[in-house]
Amino acid sequence: MIIVTRHFSARMLRGSIFASEIFIDILNPVTMKRILILGAGTAGTMMANKLRKSLDRDEWEITIVDKHRTHYYQPGFLFIPFGIYNKQDVIKPKADFIPPGVKVVFSEVDKVEAEENKVHLADGSVLLYDYLIIATGTETRPDETPGLTDKLWRKEIFDFYTVEGAVELQKFFKQWEGGKLVLAITELPYKCPVAPIEFVCLADAYFTEKGIRDKVDITFVTPLAGAFTKPIATKMLSELLAEKNIKVVPDFYIEKVDNEKKAIVSYDEQEIPFDVLTIVPMNMGNSVIERSGLGDDMNYVPTDKHTLRSEKYENIFVLGDAANLPTSKAGSVAHFAADILFENLMSAIEGRPLMAKFDGHANCYIETGFGKGALIDFNYDTEPLPGTFPLPGIGPFGLLKNTKINHYGKVMFRWMYWHILLRGKELPIDPLMTMAGKKMIK
Amino acid sequence: MAEKNYAGKTVEVTEDGYFTNPADWNEEIAKEMATEAGIELTDKHLEVLNYLRKQFETGEALTIRKVGKSGVVDIKGLYQLFPGGPLKISSKLAGIPKPTSCV
Repeated sequence: MIIVTRHFSARMLRGSIFASEIFIDILNPVTMKRILILGAGTAGTMMANKLRKSLDRDEWEITIVDKHRTHYYQPGFLFIPFGIYNKQDVIKPKADFIPPGVKVVFSEVDKVEAEENKVHLADGSVLLYDYLIIATGTETRPDETPGLTDKLWRKEIFDFYTVEGAVELQKFFKQWEGGKLVLAITELPYKCPVAPIEFVCLADAYFTEKGIRDKVDITFVTPLAGAFTKPIATKMLSELLAEKNIKVVPDFYIEKVDNEKKAIVSYDEQEIPFDVLTIVPMNMGNSVIERSGLGDDMNYVPTDKHTLRSEKYENIFVLGDAANLPTSKAGSVAHFAADILFENLMSAIEGRPLMAKFDGHANCYIETGFGKGALIDFNYDTEPLPGTFPLPGIGPFGLLKNTKINHYGKVMFRWMYWHILLRGKELPIDPLMTMAGKKMIK
Repeated sequence: MAEKNYAGKTVEVTEDGYFTNPADWNEEIAKEMATEAGIELTDKHLEVLNYLRKQFETGEALTIRKVGKSGVVDIKGLYQLFPGGPLKISSKLAGIPKPTSCV
């Protein structure tokens, strides 16, 4: 890599030609190696914390760049429409979670010039790096679906993947007297695959408690063949939705929203009318990935699914939703992947082969309403299975079972997120999935 | 696993009827499978099937969106060619595995 050559030549300069103290002092800042993290969301923040703890401050400069100053606890958005959380429960300043010794730059990134190991910021300044960690996440793009952001947007059509959408929906639900509530998933992949299921379950509980459940018709619309992607979890979740009298419309691929008819329309011209539509908009990687020519057709960075290194550049690693990994786009995945990325980055720095292999481990609590929850734990190769999930001191939690303890797991998680996870501290869960407690079924 | 007979050839298929070995496939077989599924195979259908096979060989996961952006056929066209579950039906007729979602 270019940078190795540069260090080598810097040392040669110091040792052979310019052997004076003055030159050493000037050269030292240049020989500081640089890790640059793009994105101070869940993934980037965790990584900044992990790296600062391990890397010598005299040798490594760590910089993190993000355009926003506010950190959102995104798993909490789901609870806002139902008044369980409010906006202030899910936001904190990003700077609070970046450790001392990490340089924070609040700026939009113009583009990455990977061949030159440079990142151009919107104001024209340039940041150099030896290693780049891309953690720019995924974002919702309602503009990609015709009719979605027209006159009904945020009036009778809402998203709950942004704090603004979730807050508006809370206001709407407060005064709504009932009718047809449709939740529709636009396209895969989307952030947190279980959230839409949780949404309809929480809606069932909310309107029951409000005493108008008999006036609210809830429909769950998905482009998938069933309520979830993998067969065993789909069966469990379908039964759960049926129990709650929530209709599932599978294989529905939305082409557009008809604002006049108040209906979603599929490519094969089926229509589903709604009084209120909660949409999971199309997800795409950050546009900086597109501008930098680093992404696939959905702006996700092609990434080795085991080593988490960019498929194209040896000094670029990708963490969290920004990667094109065939696993869930979720904080738990970023958390598990962070351990593996850290190990592999250390190996790369020390010139060793990348031995740590990520398995796609995801662990998701599914809030199902009425103080209960379910839990799924899976990876690239093993679909969510029933059984128990061991967690020292607190668990076990029931896998694919609807229980009260799973709900408390979810409630507790917000505290863990702010205090343990973001700060890069250890959780008592192995990054790789374990089969302990899982039941094999045919 | 099960065995099926198409165009004088015995092929191994999964319980849902997807080929276990994509190399067993040829256009004659596709035509017979299509007839079985109630679809009369046109050149456009075959163009899509061949595109899907080519994509499958590259190891990239197929999505309706990706096919729609391929320039071979748009999403609406794909639905017209293979009504119902266009990617599932077309993958089956192309002799490639059932499209899976990774999450």
